[in-house]
Parts: sequence; C-alpha cells; structure tokens
Amino acid sequence: MYTEDTIAAIATPPGIGGVGIIRVSGTRCFEIVGSVFKAQGTVPLEKRPNRTIQYGHIIDPQKQDEILDEVLVLIMKGPKSFTAEDVIEVQCHGGIIVVREILKLLLRQGARLAEPGEFTKRAFLNGRIDLTQAEAVIDIIEAKSEQSLAVAVKQLDGTLAGMIRTIREQLIELISHLEVAIDYPEEDIEELTMDETADKLRPILAKINQLLATANRGRLLRDGIMTAIVGRPNAGKSSLMNALLRENRAIVTDIPGTTRDSIEEAITIEGIPVRLIDTAGIRETDDIVEKLGVDRAKEYLDKAQIVVCVIDASEPMTAEEEAILREASHKNTIVFLNKADKGAVITADTVAQYGQFAAIAPISAANGEGMDVLADAVKELVYGGTVQNESSAMLSNVRHITLMEQAKSQIEQSLNNIESGLPVDFIVTDVRTAWEQLGDITGDSLRESLVDELFSRFCLGK
Amino acid sequence: MYTVDTYDVIVIGGGHAGCEAALATARMGQRTLMATLNLDNIALMPCNPAVGGPGKSHLVYELDALGGQMAINADATAIQMRMLNMGKGPAVHSLRAQSDKVAYQRLMKETLENTDNLNVKQIMVNELLIEDGEVKGILSELGEVYEAKAIILCTGTYLKGKIILGELTYTGGPNGQRTAELLSDSLRKNGIELMRFKTGTPARVDKRSLTLDHMVEQPGDSKYRAFSFMSDWTDRNEQICWLTYTTEETHDIIRGNLNRAPMYTGIIEGTGPRYCPSIEDKVVRFSDKNRHQLFVEPEGNHTNEMYVQGMSTSLPIDVQYQFLRTIPGLENVEIMRPAYAIEYDCLNPLQLTPALQVKHIKGLYSAGQANGTSGYEEAAAQGLMAGINAALYLQGKEPFILSRSEAYIGVLIDDLVTKGTKEPYRMMTSRSEYRLLLRQDNADLRLTEKGREIGLVSDERYQRFLHKKSLIEEGVAALRARNINPTKEVQALLESMGTAHIKTGMTAYDLVKRNELSYGDVADAFDLKRYSPDVEEEIDIMITYEGYVKKQMEQVEKVRKLEEKIIPADWDYDSMKGISLEAKQKLKTIKPHSIGQASRISGVSPADVSVLLIQLEQYRREQQQ
Repeated sequence: MYTEDTIAAIATPPGIGGVGIIRVSGTRCFEIVGSVFKAQGTVPLEKRPNRTIQYGHIIDPQKQDEILDEVLVLIMKGPKSFTAEDVIEVQCHGGIIVVREILKLLLRQGARLAEPGEFTKRAFLNGRIDLTQAEAVIDIIEAKSEQSLAVAVKQLDGTLAGMIRTIREQLIELISHLEVAIDYPEEDIEELTMDETADKLRPILAKINQLLATANRGRLLRDGIMTAIVGRPNAGKSSLMNALLRENRAIVTDIPGTTRDSIEEAITIEGIPVRLIDTAGIRETDDIVEKLGVDRAKEYLDKAQIVVCVIDASEPMTAEEEAILREASHKNTIVFLNKADKGAVITADTVAQYGQFAAIAPISAANGEGMDVLADAVKELVYGGTVQNESSAMLSNVRHITLMEQAKSQIEQSLNNIESGLPVDFIVTDVRTAWEQLGDITGDSLRESLVDELFSRFCLGK
Repeated sequence: MYTVDTYDVIVIGGGHAGCEAALATARMGQRTLMATLNLDNIALMPCNPAVGGPGKSHLVYELDALGGQMAINADATAIQMRMLNMGKGPAVHSLRAQSDKVAYQRLMKETLENTDNLNVKQIMVNELLIEDGEVKGILSELGEVYEAKAIILCTGTYLKGKIILGELTYTGGPNGQRTAELLSDSLRKNGIELMRFKTGTPARVDKRSLTLDHMVEQPGDSKYRAFSFMSDWTDRNEQICWLTYTTEETHDIIRGNLNRAPMYTGIIEGTGPRYCPSIEDKVVRFSDKNRHQLFVEPEGNHTNEMYVQGMSTSLPIDVQYQFLRTIPGLENVEIMRPAYAIEYDCLNPLQLTPALQVKHIKGLYSAGQANGTSGYEEAAAQGLMAGINAALYLQGKEPFILSRSEAYIGVLIDDLVTKGTKEPYRMMTSRSEYRLLLRQDNADLRLTEKGREIGLVSDERYQRFLHKKSLIEEGVAALRARNINPTKEVQALLESMGTAHIKTGMTAYDLVKRNELSYGDVADAFDLKRYSPDVEEEIDIMITYEGYVKKQMEQVEKVRKLEEKIIPADWDYDSMKGISLEAKQKLKTIKPHSIGQASRISGVSPADVSVLLIQLEQYRREQQQ
C-alpha cells in the first residue's frame, strides 16, 4: 500500500563510479540516518547546521558499530530542499556493494525504498515543482513503474517465489489457527498452545535464514566478488593482476578503472563477475605518507570477499609480509608463493605457521599461473562448494532482502515473546506482519485471504 | 395520495440499525419519523439472544462512547454476561451478554417513544420519492406521503423476504411478519443495485423438554462488567447456558435427508454466510468431524423458549425433530418454533460513501443488514453512523467518518464501501490491522470526545469521561514520579511479589511494565493510590503494552495524511492519464472518498495512487489560481 513515510534510494547510476549517493527524504530522515552515522563531536545530526556537509562514518549498530564506509553527509532541512521535506544525502565511496549496503542499513533502520519517481512526486506535491511540470512527473512515474515492474518480475525467480509462498502458506495456517481461537473462542476447535506455536515457527525461521543466506550469493553474482590483492611491494601483485586481466578481462568496458584510493578492474571467472583491487595502486597515488603495505592491506581485508596475498618466495619473509599474513589469516585468503620457480626460500609450511588460509599455492605470476586456484575459491564462495544448481533460489533484490530480513526479525520477536509469556494477541500480530512482508515480496495481496482461510479451514457457526 | 407531514429525516425500519439511526438524528435535533412494519417488533432479536462477542463487543463499546443506545440497553436487559478471551491479550477481551429478548425490545421501544423530536409509526413504505437525484419523501401503502430531506434505509431482512422451511416457502419476514414487497422495486427504479442474501436461524425449544443433566453447564461470570461506560459493574448471574454435542446418529439423519434440504435442491439462491453455516452444511463440508457442538441458551427470564445455537437449518420439520432428538439433553425435545432460512434483498454497499450515503442520491442513507452485513451489533453501529451523517448533512456540516485506525466501526464501514461483500458481513477482530489499538477498554478514550463534538454525548457522560481520564493521567504521573532504589528492603519486597530484583534505581512505572506486575501490585507495595478497576486496568494496559501500541501508532501515522486527502465526489476518472485501465474502472465504480480509501482498493497500485495524488494537487492549484 502507498504510504507517506521516510524514503531512501540510490541516486547515482548503478556501476562503479567515483562517488555513490544515497538520498533520504521524510520526517524521520534525521533519526534514521543519525542512527548509523558517526562523526566527530557529540552534536546529533539534526542539530548540525543546515546546508552543511558533515564528514564521518556509516556504522552498523547491529554489528558493534562496525564501519561500513567513510562518508560525507549533506544536510538539507525542509522546506528548503528538493522535496520540501527533510533531506539527507549520503555520499560514499563508489562501488555498488558499499552503496547497497548503506541503503540496506537505512531500510533496516526504518526507511522505505522509494517508489519510482517518488522524490520528484513529493517535490511536486509539496509545491517545489511548477504546475506545468505535473505531466512530466506523471510520465516519469508511469515509465519508471513499468520499468521497475519488469525488473522486479525478472528478479524474482520462480523457485524463490515458490519457496516464499510455501513459507507463507505455513504461516497462514498458523495464523488462522491462532486467529480462529480469538474470533471464535467457544468453537470446538483445538487451540494451539504457545509451545506448539513456537515449534511451528522455528522451522519457518530456519527456512527464512536459508533464503537469506542465498541472498549473499545472489548479490555476489550481481555485483561481483571483491577480490583484494595484497602483499609487499614488488612481490608480484601487478604481474598477477596483469596476467589475470589478460586472460579474463571483463567484456564490460564502461566500468571505470579507478576508485578514489585503489585500482580496480573487472574480470569474469567462469561467468562470475570478479572485481580485482590491486592495493599496490595506493602507494603510487599516495604521496603524503609512506604507509606500510600492511596498513593498506588492512583496509581491504574486511571489505573483500577474497583476499589474494602475494609473497615473494625467492626471498626471506619480511616483517611486513609476516604482519600481512597474520592479518589475512582466518579470512578467505589465498596465499600465492610467487617466483617459486626461482628457488623457493619460503614454502607452504612456512606460511601455514601464520594462520589458516583457504589455499597456499606456488605460482609464477608472470606466466599467469594461479588462475585455477583463484577460480576454485571464487566458485567455492558463490556456490558453497556444492554443485551449481541452476534452479536454486536466489534472493538478490535490495527490496526483497529488506523485506525478508524484516519478516525474519518479526518471527524472532514472536519467539521471544512466547518465551516471555506475552498473550497470543501480540504473538499473532508479529506473525501476521511477517506474513504480509513476505507477501510484499511475491506481490500476493493481503488480509482478504485471512478471512477466507478461517472459513475454509474451520467449521464455524453460531 | 395525501401529504401527512414533513420531517427532516425518515428512518425506514425499527430494527437495531433503525433504532440507533432514529435516536441519533432526533437527539441531534432533527425532526425524525421512524416508519416500521410492526410496532411490536421494534429492536427484535430474530436470531440469537445475545449481544457482543469478539469484534462485535468492540463495536458496542464504540457505539456507546459515541452516544448510541445498544450498550445501555444490553446492560439493562442482560441475564448472563461473560468476558471471553481473557487469557489472550487485552485487545481481544470480548464481552458477551445473553439478553432477555422481550425486555430488550420493551426497553428500546420505551426509549424511542420518549425521545424528543422522534415519532414512531407503523407504516409500510412502498416507494421512495426522489426528484433530480434528491430525496423528497416516502409513499406508504395507504397512499400517505411523508416528506423529508433525508431518508435512512434500515430494512434488514424485510426487502422481498422469503422464508424457506423444508418444502415450504412463503413470502415473509422473521416470526411470520409482513415483508416490504414494493420497496425493492422502487430502489431498483432509482438506479440502486440490489443483491440477494440468505441467512438462517435454529429452532427454539421448550426448556421443560430438555434433560439438563445430559448437558454441560455454562454459567456466566460472577462479577460482570458492562458494555456501557454509564452502567455499573454488577454481580448478577441469573441464567445458565448449556453445552452439548451432535452425535454420529445426528449426522446420519442429516445426510440421509439431504435430498430434502433446500440448500441442495436449489430452492435457496441467496448467498449465505460462511461463518454461520447450517448444520447440513457443516455435516457435508466437514465430514471428518464426528461431532459438532451446540449451546442451548435461554431467550429470557419469563419464557421457556431456548435457542439452540449451532443448529441453524432449513430442513423440513420432521427431519428437525429426528436429528435434534439424537442429541444428548434433547432426547425428548419439543420444538416451539422451527428453524428456517430467509432470503432477502440488500444493497451492494459499494454504492455507498463512507458516510453511508447512496452516492447518486442526495439525502439517502442506508444501514445494517440492508447493506449486506449480519448481526445486531454491526447493524446498530451502522445505524448510528448513518443517523449522525444524515443529521450532519441536514445541518450542512462535513460527514463524520471514522478511520480504520480509530475504530472497528471504521473498519466495518471501510470494508463495506471499499471492498464490498459477497456474503453477509460479520465483524471479527482479525479484520482490523490495528487491533492492539482498538480495544474495548479504551473505546471511551478513543471516541467520547468525538461523540461530544457531534452532540450525542450528554454532560453527565462527558463529566464521567473527563474524570476517568484525569484519574488515569494522575495514576501514570504518580508512577513516573515514584523512584525506587535497589535497597535491601526493596529487593526483599520485590522477591515477595514474585518478581526479579532491580539492578539500578527505576521508577514505579518501569515496574508496572513487567508482565507479572499490575498497577495494583505496585501501588500496594509502594503506597500509591488505588483506583477503580477500570482505571487501574487502563493504566496496566497502557504501560505493559506501550511498545506495541507505539509500533501500531507509527503505522497509523504513515497512512493518516492519505486519509486526509479528500477526492472531490465528481472527480473525472475517465480523463485521467497514466493510470491502469483496471484502476480506472475500479476508481470510477467506487469513487473513493479519500486517497487513503483509493489506496485500499484492490487493483489500484501505488503508482496509480501517485498519479491520482499529483492530478489532485494539480487540480487544487488550478482552483487556487
């Protein structure tokens, strides 16, 4: 249903650009962005001066304030803003993953993904756009909603829709059982106990979690796997990168090669998009301080889904390399022992002393070796080591993921409430919300069918 | 044809909708005529002898807060009361009264007859007099003309009513009454679309013929509450209901006689309600159930008639005798009135505005079963709203519309006029998306101010309301002001109350939040003032469920603005660009009152709503220029 709440959307075109912008508009704008924005000083976001740019970080409050990105936040209070509502723009580093992660975070904190043309529409409704432009606004809504509809339909694959419908079917069965006891308390129908309700909810929650796990995979396939190449200077990072590019450069050419602080290239490995980041690029552009390789590597270790650590095996391990290895261990890290053909000083055993790694392999970067190891790691990451199942459900749309996560937290909430002894009315309220949120993913309509359910399942009458 | 008199409002029908409608218009100062088929049947309960139950009791509490009559009448004539759903959460607590039917009717008739501005007359209405899309009056079967600027249709099941009892069918209303045969045609002639619905009622049996000890006793609550804010809680429990079950033998008899059941032979054409199936329907549709329960309920203090709830049927009388006598407790049952089904005409409610006015006829309102609902409570709630709106119309004021988040009455009317109904519509708590907000206990807090503004809330009621409200505020403030520190004494006290220790200092308010503690517990332990049970209950609910209430309030806030954006009644949907064809057709038929209502119509997408919003704004600005 259409509502007037706080909306958010990515304002920059998809792809990897220099800067990504997320625009937020509505009454709860400051509250929502404020809950994930951390800047110097204690002044809350809404108290900071209008029409200023604030520097800070986007953090995830659910993950111990883990930093997602460093950002600039533009404050534009209503009515003097584009939509005449409070508006905030979050400018983050380009790269679709970061932008989407921030958007997801904002949605989780209570914003709603904007409908097509909704910012423009609000601008018009609030008198910021001239009457003569009304037709144009309608055209935008019309065109964009058609387009987005087509996209949404395409994105929701049949298997996924089927799985969600199965979950909804189980939920509605549970809901109608609980509701019938409320609306027909004297009917001869066995009431579900709260324990039984919890027993029915747990497997449903598990299924939702499973689907959410695939969300990650779906996103990887859409946005590419971020692969950081780390190592001390001259270990062979650039040679490796060049060799990989030679063989696998992505056909897509409109992706710019650089972001603000790294060199990024796109390749495809067995059809899976991979974004290679050569952290060596940093040193060349960074003329202020001669940072240690380990510091630069650290920045990427958390963000990257695969870390490729290149070690010069022909020379003894340096302190810098040791530090990098320790940092990179226990991540999804492949260690390449480069120049192993030139008489290896460092072996796999040496490396293994520094922690656990996904793979350790001797290569000759210059000859383009190591490709197959990386390919295995990529496939392992995407398909989890299992044989690729063409029809396996793939959850990838931000809107879908957000709704799914909301449904998940509603069910968790109801399980907690059962635990703490709240009456059934509250339990069923959360379960109903979850059912409706899942219905929003598949586009199945609401409420009406609940009443139908009650009458088709139970024998009721006075 | 001669003109007898001129009224402001004429209410056609004296059932539960008609009574509320007439009382509302008269009390709002409009000279009102109630035209009923039979003065002895005012406020008749032709089906179950009860008021309330889940969803329905909520309607009655709300009606009471707005200044309606049903709650007061039901309290005064109750012979048993039970609060249902006690363990299931405060929002679904539901009061149900067994009523003394005759007492209920008598008291309502007395109230009507003694209301200023109201004349009650026995009149058969044959025709509506309508000119140029505007109400002018009515024409009776005797050729009398009564003029009026507003008419409220509360025709119940009497429009072309047809009784079906086994092989016998005849034209008639409940209890052998006359039906309105010509009025249906008059409505059709005026472009009103009618539907054909069906409902039924079980047999009434002689209490002396029952073997009571073969059934399970169902007493009421010993201390019982009231529907009305103006009634006191009492300690009456005069009558007992009885529970028993059908047997396999009952089902065999029913199955063996299905060839004689009008439902299956095609005699019944109307759409019956799914929630109130006949026993033959239950046996066929739920054949795996080896028994169905039934309640035997008294119809009053001065009668031996008992209502056999759950056994509505249209099977012939000999079959009724046969199967009833297979039921424990009913082995020797004597039927006093047989069960029957009834078919009747009603309006398609999609033709109505949220003020219950027929869209294309100025001054014509409709309420109750005539709008495709079922139940006394649903009828009364609509009657009140139609009455209020007819009076406001005559006073040249804006209509009074309750939103879905304000009242079950809002849910009821919005469902009817936005989605329509394909069977007699019954209220249920699961129909409301804001159930936690719409409770019995806070109906007065939600609606009394509105009733006051309309003019239906008396000074006495209003003072009582303000007093209760101030006590609640006082109690909450005292809780907030009371600091409790984790001293040894306090911890020991808490332990004795069966609740956990406190780690840091907190207020008494925080303690009431704990599920296991009520206001009373905390007040006694920390020397706070005690209040009456209704005040304390309200404080408890407000505090314990604060989080959930806040969550639902946020949802309400999101849609509130849309409810406030009113679409002009003559909006031209045909010339709208940029919306889907389906949306256009739906919008044209339903002519939503507000953007909020438009957004709830199935087939109208958010994009359609956006376009509508923009064109509405465009129109508004053009008007200004």
